[in-house]
Amino acid sequence: MVNKILFIAALIMMLAILLTLYRFFKGTTAADRLVAFDVMTVSSLSLIGLIAKFSDRIIYLDVAMVYGLLSFLGVIIVARYFEKGL
Amino acid sequence: MKIKNQFAIFIVLMIIWFLINNSFKLEVIAVGFVLSFVIAIIFGKRTDVLNEFKFTPTAFFYTLIYLLVFFWELIKSNIQVALIVLKPSLPINPGIVKTRTILKSKMARMILTNSITLTPGTLTVDIEKDILYIHWINVESLDIDVATEKIVKKFENILVKIYG
Amino acid sequence: MENSIVEIIGAFLVLIGSVFLFLGALGLVRMPDVFNRIQTGTKASTLGTFLTFFGLVFIMPEWWGKLILLIIFILMTNPVSSHVLARAAYCIKVPMFKKTVIDLYGKDAEKLFKKETKNE
Repeated sequence: MVNKILFIAALIMMLAILLTLYRFFKGTTAADRLVAFDVMTVSSLSLIGLIAKFSDRIIYLDVAMVYGLLSFLGVIIVARYFEKGL
Repeated sequence: MKIKNQFAIFIVLMIIWFLINNSFKLEVIAVGFVLSFVIAIIFGKRTDVLNEFKFTPTAFFYTLIYLLVFFWELIKSNIQVALIVLKPSLPINPGIVKTRTILKSKMARMILTNSITLTPGTLTVDIEKDILYIHWINVESLDIDVATEKIVKKFENILVKIYG
Repeated sequence: MENSIVEIIGAFLVLIGSVFLFLGALGLVRMPDVFNRIQTGTKASTLGTFLTFFGLVFIMPEWWGKLILLIIFILMTNPVSSHVLARAAYCIKVPMFKKTVIDLYGKDAEKLFKKETKNE
């Protein structure tokens, strides 16, 4: 029961990531692509959490944490580059 | 003053270390102690934001109320925005408005602007002295006082009681 | 296979979280300009991730430390990144939606950006 519900949730999350990928490739401006990147990484954080539950390994949550940190830093740095140049 | 900053950072780092490791063996505590100590010595000199936390009972009580209000607003406004997204006609009415805040301390301002940003429909674009520039997905009023009343007040009323 | 009621509540929380993630992505595709996309995209995904990890706390109670840390981390960093994105988008003059009612930031923004570059 629980595993089935979680599997459906994982499928919905994958669909969400596909939708953000559409915005990421279509874009129209660089800022749009950056927003899509941000939303994509945050969505994949929770997908990594679900994968950790499926394979029953807590170490994957560390992967999620480092992934979130790196994407946050990346977004901040690219936004700062837009604002003032490097 | 410097030592107080460093001590605050040390405590926060130790709490994070225990949350990550979830064990109280001697070697884990020792490594965490040394790491937190070194980081606090190096980076604690100019970080005075953490000092503004208050640990009185009233502050604790109002923090709990604030969390309740915040999560209620978060869920309510998320559902509103979800309904907007699901409607085929996309009824939005966006714009950037000005609002005012009376808070002075850095910590309170950080919490206030982060809360405003996290509730969908409002997004803090910039802050300059006591003026907040807020992108509003459904502008209801252009007047600075009415906008302040509608966006800022519900969080500010509680934060004033904690941080003065 | 029998599951306790607590686990089923957690699974439904995860499901609701994934629906919010999906709605955020849908808003990202449907909204007309950058600022509205930031509004729907980053906020709905914050609530979605929050609910997902909160539901996982119910299912895997022994993992609570790291999950709570991830929740705090997301609640702290996500508003910062959406604010920075909005400011950067304003700064490179991304065109705003044609039905935008008002832009009180416009005149003040140029002054502010000028002052900042002078200070450095």
